[in-house]
Amino acid sequence: MTMNRRALLQALGLAGTLGLLPLSRSGWAAIAPGAVTAPAPRLIVIMLRGAVDGLNVVVPYAEDNYYRLRESIAIAKPGQDGGALDLDGRFGLHPALSSLMPLWQSKQLAFVHAAGSPDPTRSHFDAQDYMESGTPGRKGTVDGWMNRLLGNLTPPHSAILDAVSLGPVLPRIFSGENTVANVPLGRAATRAIALDKPAVAAAFDRLYADAGDLGAAYREGRKSHEQILADLSSEPVSMESKVADNGAPPPQGFSLDAAQLATLIQRNPGLQLAFMQLGGWDTHVNQGGSQGQLANRLRPLAEGLVTLTTQLGPQLANTMIVVMSEFGRTAKQNGTGGTDHGHGNVMWLLGGRVNGGKVHGEWPGLDDSALNERRDLAVTTDFRSVLSTVCERHMGLKDAAMASVFPGLPAATSGVAQLIRS
Amino acid sequence: MTYRLAVAVALLCGCLPPLAASAMPADEAARLLNRLGYGPAPGDIDRLATINRDDYFDQQLHPVPEPDRLRDRLAALSTTRRNASSLFAEYGPVLRKLAKADENAKREYREDIRRVVEEAESARLLRALYSPNQLQERLVDFWFNHFNVFDGKGIQGRLWVGPYEREAIRPYVFGHFRDLLGATAKHPAMLFYLDNWRSAADGFRPRGGPEKGKAIGLNENYAREVMELHTLGVDGGYTQHDVTELARILTGWTFDPRAMASGDSAAGFVFAERRHDHGSKLFLGQRFGDDSMAEGERALDLLARHPATAHHIAFELAQFFVAGAPPAALVDRVAAAFTKTDGDLRATVRSLITSPEFLDARASQFKTSYEFIVSSLRATDVETASLRPALGALRQMGQPLYGCATPDGWKNTQETRLNPGAMIQRINFATALGSGRLPALASALARVDFKSGADAGTMIQSAIDEDDRAADTRKPQPLDVAVLQRTLGLALSANTRETIAQAPAPLKAALVLGSPEFMRR
Repeated sequence: MTMNRRALLQALGLAGTLGLLPLSRSGWAAIAPGAVTAPAPRLIVIMLRGAVDGLNVVVPYAEDNYYRLRESIAIAKPGQDGGALDLDGRFGLHPALSSLMPLWQSKQLAFVHAAGSPDPTRSHFDAQDYMESGTPGRKGTVDGWMNRLLGNLTPPHSAILDAVSLGPVLPRIFSGENTVANVPLGRAATRAIALDKPAVAAAFDRLYADAGDLGAAYREGRKSHEQILADLSSEPVSMESKVADNGAPPPQGFSLDAAQLATLIQRNPGLQLAFMQLGGWDTHVNQGGSQGQLANRLRPLAEGLVTLTTQLGPQLANTMIVVMSEFGRTAKQNGTGGTDHGHGNVMWLLGGRVNGGKVHGEWPGLDDSALNERRDLAVTTDFRSVLSTVCERHMGLKDAAMASVFPGLPAATSGVAQLIRS
Repeated sequence: MTYRLAVAVALLCGCLPPLAASAMPADEAARLLNRLGYGPAPGDIDRLATINRDDYFDQQLHPVPEPDRLRDRLAALSTTRRNASSLFAEYGPVLRKLAKADENAKREYREDIRRVVEEAESARLLRALYSPNQLQERLVDFWFNHFNVFDGKGIQGRLWVGPYEREAIRPYVFGHFRDLLGATAKHPAMLFYLDNWRSAADGFRPRGGPEKGKAIGLNENYAREVMELHTLGVDGGYTQHDVTELARILTGWTFDPRAMASGDSAAGFVFAERRHDHGSKLFLGQRFGDDSMAEGERALDLLARHPATAHHIAFELAQFFVAGAPPAALVDRVAAAFTKTDGDLRATVRSLITSPEFLDARASQFKTSYEFIVSSLRATDVETASLRPALGALRQMGQPLYGCATPDGWKNTQETRLNPGAMIQRINFATALGSGRLPALASALARVDFKSGADAGTMIQSAIDEDDRAADTRKPQPLDVAVLQRTLGLALSANTRETIAQAPAPLKAALVLGSPEFMRR
C-alpha cells in the first residue's frame, strides 16, 4: 500500500481521519487492561433517532383496540404464528427481539411504557433536541444533559476516556463544557492518523511542548487517540470479524460498534458515560409486522445489545443501558402500511440494578378516549423521570447536582417508583 | 449638539492611531489580513504594502465585483442560483410520492438533496477562499451564525439554508440592521426553523391541508429567540409576558407551502390574516392594537432600535473580531456607532475595525475551525478538484458548515472551540495539506458517485486503485516552506523556527500550518 493510497483511504468526512502510515498493531500490545478497582457506576445511552414504533416493540397484546387500529401491522398474540413473545400477560416483545429474552428472564431487562416528553412537538428535530438537552420546550439550553451529568460525577471524572461518544460528530446530548472523547465508528476508530508516524509525532510534540492551553489540548488529544487505538487495535480480530459478518440490513455494523464500546470499557473501567445512536426508525411506509422493515432494524439492534451485555460480563452489574427514542408513533396505522409521528413511547433499560422482568410505567390504555389527541399513546411518565431515577439511584447523583442536570424536573411519577432494585 | 459633536470628534481621533502615510509594515499587513479576513493568500502582503491602511479599510467596507476565477467556479453550482420556492417545487412535493418508490429512486432523491446542500457549502467556501471582499465574507459568517438556521431540520432545512444566506444575510451585511432583521424574520428558512410558520392565534383551525380542522395555537419559539439571540440579548430586559405578546403579534407571519411547491417565489413569505391574533397586546410597555402585519413590523422596529440591541450586537461583533471577553470601552464605542447611525452596519463595523483594540498585536484569538480551514487553503492556494476534504474536516472538527443545530449558533469564545479532538484534526488537515496529499484526496473524493448506492469507503477505495494504476500518478509534492512563510508573514517563536529547521523536508510546510502561531489570528 502506498502512502498516497493510505491517505486517500482515510478520506475526510467520509471514512475517518486523514492518515499517513499504516498502523503498527504490535506497538500497542504491551498496554494491558487496567487493574479493576471498585466498579464505578456506568451509564450507556443508545438513542434511536427517527422515532421507533414502541407499540410494536413492547406490544400491548391484551388491548383489543391495538388490533383494531393496526389491521395489517399488528404483532399477533403470543403463541400465534409470528406472535409476540409474552412478557407479563399484558405485553409481548417483538419477535425480532427474541435474542433479548434471556436478559428478560434473568431480570436484567425492563421497560417503561408510555414514556415521553411533556412537549407535544411532532418534529424529530425538536423532540430529539429536547431529549438531549433534557429541557423539553426550551430551545435555548446550550448543553446536553449527559455533559452536565459528567460535570457532576463524584468523584470528579479525571481520565480522558471517562466519557465517550461513538460517532463522527459530538451529539447534542454530550455538548457542553466538559470534555468528551469522540470515537469514530467501526473500522474508522482504528485508522491511523498522521501523528501515528513517529517522525511526525516527534516534530509536533516539540512544536507544542511549550504552547500553553493549545499545548495542553494537543497532548490530551494525542493521548486520547493513542489510548483508543491501543484499546481497539488489540481487540481479537476474530471477534471483530465475527460480529461484523452478521452484516444484517441497517443498522449495519451496530454489533461491531457495540463490541468496540465493550472493549473500551473493559480496558478503561473508569469509563462512566457512553452514547451511541442508530437511525432508520421513521417507518411511515410499509413498516411490516413480525417480518419486514421494522423487524429488520430491530434484529441487529437486539444482537448488538446482546454483544454488549455478553462482552461486559460481570461489568453489566454496574452498567445501566438505556435505549430511548424521541417520540412514539401513531396508534393507528396510516394508509401506506406505516405509522406517523406520535407521542408516548417505550424506554428500555438493561443491566445495573434495574428491576428487570417488568414493564414499568402507568399504562394509559389504547381506548380511543385514552389516546393523546385521539391518535397516539399518551405519555404518563416524563422521560426525565426515568433518566433522573437512573442518575439518582444508579449513578448516585445528589439532589443539588440533579437540579443542574435536569433543571425544572417534575416530581417523579409512580411509574418509575420500582425501576431500580434497592 | 455641540457637545455630542465634540465627543464624536474626540472618539474618532482616539480611535485612529496616526495614519500611515504609505507602506504598511509586513507584520501589520499580516495582522490586518488575519483579522479582517481569512488571512493572506500568496502576494497579499506585498499588495498591502503599497496602499495605506485607511484605503484598505475603505476597500473592504465597499465590496467590489467578484473576479472571473471565482465567478467561473460559482457558475458551476447551478442550484445556488435558485430561490427557496424553486428548490421546494422540485424536491418538496415529490417526497410524498417517494414513500412508495423503490430504493434506487430514494437514493437518487437523497443524493439530489445532498448535492443542493453541498453546492451551498461550496459556494460559501469558494467565496471565503477567493473573494477579494474578505471582510464581507467574515461578516456573512458572523451574521449567519447570529441568525442561525440549521440544515438538519427536515428537507426544508436542507433546501433553504443556501437561499437563506444568499437572500436574507449576504445583501445586508453592510446595510441596516433593521433590514437584516426583517429579511431573516420573513425568510421561509427562519420561519420554518423556529416554527413561526405554524404559529396561530389560539383557537385557529386550518380549513384545509394536513392539519385541517385541528387547533394549532401559539408557538413562541421565534418570538423568544428573536429577543434573546437576535436583538436584545438574554439580559435585555424583557419578560416571558413580552415573549408571549410578541408571538401573538407575529401570528400569521408564515409561508405558503402549497404555493411554494408550485414554484411561486412570492410564497416564501405571506401574512395569513386568518391566523393572526387580532386582540390587543402589550409588548415592551407599548400598546399594540389590531393592525395586522404592521404590528410585527412595528415590533421589529422597537427591537432594532432598543439600546440593549445596540449593546448586544456590539458585544458580539467585538467578541467575534477582537476577544472572547472584549474590552467594555470598545463595546460601548461600537454600540454608540450603531445607535448614532440607526443600525448602519457599515458604520458600526468601521468603528470596530478602526479601533486600536482591533489591531492590538497582543490580542490574538484561537481561530474557529472554519477560519483555520479557510486560512490554510488560502495561504497555500492549492487548487483542488473538490472541496469535500475541507467540508469533511469541518464536520470532523465538530463544526460542520450550516450544521449548528441550536439557534444560538457556534459560540464566539476560545473555550468552546479549543478541544483535544479538534486540535488533532487540525494537525491532520495541516499535515495532509502541507505534505501535498490534499489534491489527490480531493480528486478521488470528487469522483465518488454517491448515487451508485455502493458503500462510500468502497467507492473511495476503487477511485484510489484507479489512481494507482494510472501512469501519471505522481508522488505528492510537499509545499515549499519558504514560499508559504513569505505568504503568511507569520511571526514564529524560536521553538517553532528550530523545530521546522530540524524537521525532514516533507514535513516543514505541514509544521507551519500546524503551528500554534497559525492556529491563532
